[in-house]
Amino acid sequence: MNGTPAVRFENVSRRFGDIRAVDAVSLLVESGEFFSMLGPSGSGKTTCLRLIAGFEQPDSGHIEIFGETAEGVPPYRRSVNTVFQDYALFPHMSVGDNVAYGLMVRGVSKADRRRRAHEMLELVKLSGLEDRRPAALSGGQRQRVALARALVVRPKVLLLDEPLGALDLKLREQMQVELKALQREVGITFIYVTHDQGEALSMSDRVAVFNQGRIVQVGTPAEVYERPSARFVADFVGGSNVIEPAAAERLGLAHRLYSLRPERVELLAEARDTPGLRTAPGVVANVLYQGAVRRVQVDLAGISLNAVVPGGGLTLAPGDAVTVAFDPAALHPMEATT
Amino acid sequence: MTFAARDVPAPREGVLRRLSDLLMRRPRLLLFLLLGPPLLWLGVVYVGSLLALLAQSFFSIDEFTGLVKREFTLKTYGELIRPANLDIIIRSVLMAAAVTLTAALIAFPIAYYAARYARGRWKALFYIAVTLPLWSSYLVRVYAWKLILAKEGILNWFVAKAGLTPVLDLVLSIPVIGGPSLSISYIGTYLVFVYLWLPYMILPTQAALERVPNSLTEASADLGGSPGRTFRSVILPLALPGVVAGSIFTFALTLGDYITPQIVGISTLFLGQAVYTLQGTAGNIPLAAAFSVVPILIMAVYLTIARRLGAFDAL
Repeated sequence: MNGTPAVRFENVSRRFGDIRAVDAVSLLVESGEFFSMLGPSGSGKTTCLRLIAGFEQPDSGHIEIFGETAEGVPPYRRSVNTVFQDYALFPHMSVGDNVAYGLMVRGVSKADRRRRAHEMLELVKLSGLEDRRPAALSGGQRQRVALARALVVRPKVLLLDEPLGALDLKLREQMQVELKALQREVGITFIYVTHDQGEALSMSDRVAVFNQGRIVQVGTPAEVYERPSARFVADFVGGSNVIEPAAAERLGLAHRLYSLRPERVELLAEARDTPGLRTAPGVVANVLYQGAVRRVQVDLAGISLNAVVPGGGLTLAPGDAVTVAFDPAALHPMEATT
Repeated sequence: MTFAARDVPAPREGVLRRLSDLLMRRPRLLLFLLLGPPLLWLGVVYVGSLLALLAQSFFSIDEFTGLVKREFTLKTYGELIRPANLDIIIRSVLMAAAVTLTAALIAFPIAYYAARYARGRWKALFYIAVTLPLWSSYLVRVYAWKLILAKEGILNWFVAKAGLTPVLDLVLSIPVIGGPSLSISYIGTYLVFVYLWLPYMILPTQAALERVPNSLTEASADLGGSPGRTFRSVILPLALPGVVAGSIFTFALTLGDYITPQIVGISTLFLGQAVYTLQGTAGNIPLAAAFSVVPILIMAVYLTIARRLGAFDAL
């Protein structure tokens, strides 16, 4: 990761009326990395993507794409391409013509266009469907066509706007693996917008967590997951326990804000000697069955704590008395500001 | 009070509710009830009268008695291609084509603005502005245009004030389409037709453009398509079914109109006028019927060509 960054934002803001969709965001996407923008809807991640694509222009700040100023440059003059959330395939064109559109615009000869579109469809495992209309394809196939159409013009940056959102769970997981493999194969910078923390964590080299038009934390998936910098990140990325300073004190910890991953919390049927672990008595408030695991909400005299426990083990029901145990090393202190 | 104990009365039973039950169980009955009456109307009254007309066109008129001879013959169609009658057909088709083309060119930008930019108040204003002329009587509007286009009319006055009288005179001196004044020339007829049928072109075009998602134009730009390319390769093909729908209106309405050319224009006949005179004063129903078949055939040919050119690919 050296040389010119693929995308650089410097204090970029974009307002819609009174709403600050993107609020003084600065970020750096390295060339060749798989970069995810993760956040709830309305957090500004899609607007950031549209700013890179050129569909939106910043109200203030500076954007560079591979060292070149991007403000005022229309989308059709940028070497970035987008996979749209609704795929945006041209309904009046065949799959082949859809994929070849970017080449047609560039004046590539018809024979050459056909060949390259075919190669690209092969890459996304869709060869043989050239003559179909998009309407005759399944959601997963359309997604692949959109991908092939964007990649055929060999962009420097590929922007993906929640591309897997409309697919069912199994297909989504399969596409996650394929997208990551594809990115390694083509070596293009991918910028991936999603509200699904699982997607962001499993595919990305780095993740930027967005909230209310700002980036709260940028880091590798492990950093963001294990060492959230703020309450929002701890909560949004994997539903970590946030222990308030007052509660921490009652649990015998220092007076400050902590996060604690629910899978690091153990539940014991009765209090026993647990060297090195912090324990506290509690009452089961709620049990969510999730197949391989159960998510148990325990009430520690007014402090609510989530634990993720294996599917087997203790049988728990609301009202059961349990003992909560965790390793103090699993606690991650956070700044109390946000 | 607990949630479960709260009493919600059951919906009241009644005849309508039971009728709904019946229609829910028998969707075909519902379909029959909904489509039966209009199909009956279309089938009997509309298609029936059309067939009666078609049948009439295969009869002929006895030249001595002036009575309709009810025997199958193609003689009446033969009369259609006599130079005088062929003139009427060609004149009408050219006029309809010119009106349609002009209406499409004027309508597209308006429809485009309304579909892609106008929101809220402006959209309401658009609908009102486009349909407002339809609120008043057709006759009143045509006569109003006669006054506007007349030699003593406001348009001439304006042209004179602007010092453009020589230009107008030059236009009016063009053979065939010119004339003594705008209100007595094909140009005048054409202008009024364009005005009259413009709403019928704008509305379907706007509806078609409204259905083109923004993401498609963004995708085109994203892939390197300049605005011009996006327009030609994405917007226009997707809007074409709407434009063709609009052109059916403008074309057919122009072909069938017999009042406008009578009020604004010269004394030569258009198709509608020919039908009107033949079935009325001349009493030649067979030839009137044969004339009426012409627009139907022309529309059929036009739609076939449009289909071949891919106008309905985006439907």
